Amino acid sequence: MLRDITPERLHNSTRIRLALFSAVLALLLLDLLRRLLGGTLAPALLTGYVWNGLVFGLIIGLAGVGLSLTYDLLGFANFAHGDYISVSAFIGWGSTYLVAGLGEFNLLNLFFLGVGDTVFPRDVGISVTNTPGAVLIGLVVAAVGGAAVALLIDRFVYESIRETGAITLLIASIGVAFTLRFLIVFLFTQNSFGLTVGAWTYGLSLPGGTVNVSAPEIMLVTVAVASMVSVHLLLTRTKLGKAMRAMSTNRDLARITGIPSERVITATWLLGGALAGLAGFMIALFQGTINYQLGWTLLLLVFAGVIMGGIGSVYGAIVGGVLIGLVTRVSQIWIPASFAEAVGFAVMIVILLTRPSGIFGGDAL
Amino acid sequence: MSTATDPIGRRLPDTLASYWEQDLVKIFSTLAAVYTLYLLVGVLLGYDLFGQLNSLRRLTFLIVVYGIAALVVNLHWGYSGLFNIGVVGFMAVGVYTATILSRPVAGQNPTGSLPGFGVPLPLAIVAGVLTAAAAGYVAALPSLRLRNDYFAIVTLAFAEILRITFKSSELQEITVFGWTFGTGGGRGIRTFSNPVRTFFETSGQPIVAAVESTGLDGKIIPDWSFVFVLLTILIGTYWLISRLSASPFGRVLKGIRDDEEATQSLAKNTSSFKIRAFVIGCAILGLLGIVWQGASSGYVTPDRFIPELTFFIWIAVIIGGAGSNTGTIVGTILFVGLILEGPGQVRRLVEEFVGLSGSVPTFPDALGALVSGNIDPVMLYVFDQTSALRIILTGLVLIWLLKRRPQGLFGDRQEVASAINLEDRVTKRRERGSGAQTSGGDGN
Repeated sequence: MLRDITPERLHNSTRIRLALFSAVLALLLLDLLRRLLGGTLAPALLTGYVWNGLVFGLIIGLAGVGLSLTYDLLGFANFAHGDYISVSAFIGWGSTYLVAGLGEFNLLNLFFLGVGDTVFPRDVGISVTNTPGAVLIGLVVAAVGGAAVALLIDRFVYESIRETGAITLLIASIGVAFTLRFLIVFLFTQNSFGLTVGAWTYGLSLPGGTVNVSAPEIMLVTVAVASMVSVHLLLTRTKLGKAMRAMSTNRDLARITGIPSERVITATWLLGGALAGLAGFMIALFQGTINYQLGWTLLLLVFAGVIMGGIGSVYGAIVGGVLIGLVTRVSQIWIPASFAEAVGFAVMIVILLTRPSGIFGGDAL
Repeated sequence: MSTATDPIGRRLPDTLASYWEQDLVKIFSTLAAVYTLYLLVGVLLGYDLFGQLNSLRRLTFLIVVYGIAALVVNLHWGYSGLFNIGVVGFMAVGVYTATILSRPVAGQNPTGSLPGFGVPLPLAIVAGVLTAAAAGYVAALPSLRLRNDYFAIVTLAFAEILRITFKSSELQEITVFGWTFGTGGGRGIRTFSNPVRTFFETSGQPIVAAVESTGLDGKIIPDWSFVFVLLTILIGTYWLISRLSASPFGRVLKGIRDDEEATQSLAKNTSSFKIRAFVIGCAILGLLGIVWQGASSGYVTPDRFIPELTFFIWIAVIIGGAGSNTGTIVGTILFVGLILEGPGQVRRLVEEFVGLSGSVPTFPDALGALVSGNIDPVMLYVFDQTSALRIILTGLVLIWLLKRRPQGLFGDRQEVASAINLEDRVTKRRERGSGAQTSGGDGN
């Protein structure tokens, strides 16, 4: 909007910022090369960072696809998306415990992940290689749970205030976020739960050490890539996907051409919620622990990825997520690990300031 | 002519409604209602005079500190349309700056914990406020041209970056150019002694002694005095923001909130106005951080500055209605009295009269007992979880409000934008029968 009034000045300042950003990036890459060649940075360490960042980034991307779709279609930043991730992760892992420990332990204690120290992870012995069936069932339940939560919240909260504007919806989503998060606290307390026992791991030998590639990580990459390909096929090959894209481009025009907008919105929530569920289950598997802040800590990074890729662009969300994942891990070469998230947020702010429309388009001004 | 549009004013009889028009009446009658409720609870629980005074002090303290923060959110969001959900970050900047500056220099450190720069407290407070303002400037300057939702994300991310920084073990204690200082990391940092308390421990001691001779606990004197000091800050903030919003500066802010492009077309440099409003608010937040998180408990940890606190402050504004200072204060009183502290009071009452005992540590235990027909464990569990319930309740109230009354209690009142009340003139002209075409007034 400002651009219309003072185009030259703002365009120039954006260009200067972009140049500055590229210069910093080039400098960091040069330093990385110097460290690698000079021997102060072991290739194994760098590969470890990159692999870890890629895996983490794929989860962020997976969660980001859902956020980006609903952001684009309904026009508001859904701050509750992180808590869809947490809620469905809890539901999914509760089911995994239920299936894996069936007959040995009290059902309630199992579903509540052994809250109050009634069941321990080593008792149930879940891992991707030990109990693949339970893990897969949990994954499916998490996806279904996420879709159900997203749809229910839309019906009870968002649907009736959809026409009141993006900011009202945003504030409502913050209310939903806190309600869901502390519902988890109410049911599961604020404790962290360990989930799995060690799984099969492959040690890749590289100069300067080994890089561990574990079975959960391989499963994670497989699930993430498969879901992303499915989403791509859905959006490009099916009638529903084309309707979604049409609606995100021009809602009014889509309505005039006879696209059932309510049904498309419902489908979008279901898809976004299911992807959030998958991401939630996988991030808990990746970390090996779960607590009520699981999705909330992820949310800003997911936003970062979505904004980086450009709101509404599915591919942008994936690429942005992976980039954010890589940034948080690779930055540890220069910055202490406790700042990993802060670096992700900082990169998001920088992106918003240099190229607010993201890498793949969208509009932020 | 009864012009009340808020849900309470509409239901009052005309004689009372005319009093209700006055802002102070609104504030004080709400406050009186909540006070009465708390006194009643105190009577039921058998509190003595000290207990009653202490319960009211806690209530007043929370109302005052939340009120200051809510007024700032109202300045940012209600008057300027700046969606700041990083409120806690600026409070953290204020209190950490003041604390690190005022800690004694290494070597002459009486408490033996983290050293600092040994700056006198008044100077350190000024520096804290200025640093918070500067942080506001840094956060706002580049992000002002962003859309509202992006601005929200940036402020939230900014606050989280600050929290992570204060929490990191790397900055726990560092030495730069021979100066040793630090944030204390996740364990936090001892702040400065509260000047009000220090006064009553030294030269004000006779006053405390005099109160104690009447049989009361002398602690209430420093405690209440501190609340009154905070109240002065609240009144100052209220005055400042009321003056600002009524001034030409405030009119431009409201113009930006309602339609930024139209305001620009009137040759107003909207960015400059927004930045100034944002920075003023952040300075007040810095001061609030110092007096609330710094002075009241003598210790500060990064975990105080979690997003939940921002959420609480926002809901106080939304209950009262963004864009109205009076509404903000009334909303804060209702929020603190009923939602923040209410569940705890209910819990105390139930514990007193229902006589539940024991504890149920987990939800499955409670559920298991319920299945076998015993409802007491469920009640016990629910009352053990008041801190979670409070936030769930807050969220539900927020959602309900947005669906039923998004403008809050007093948010939709007409603001007269011009110095002369044009609406009056229009009405008068109409009465004279000259047929004015428009009804005038700019709404909200």
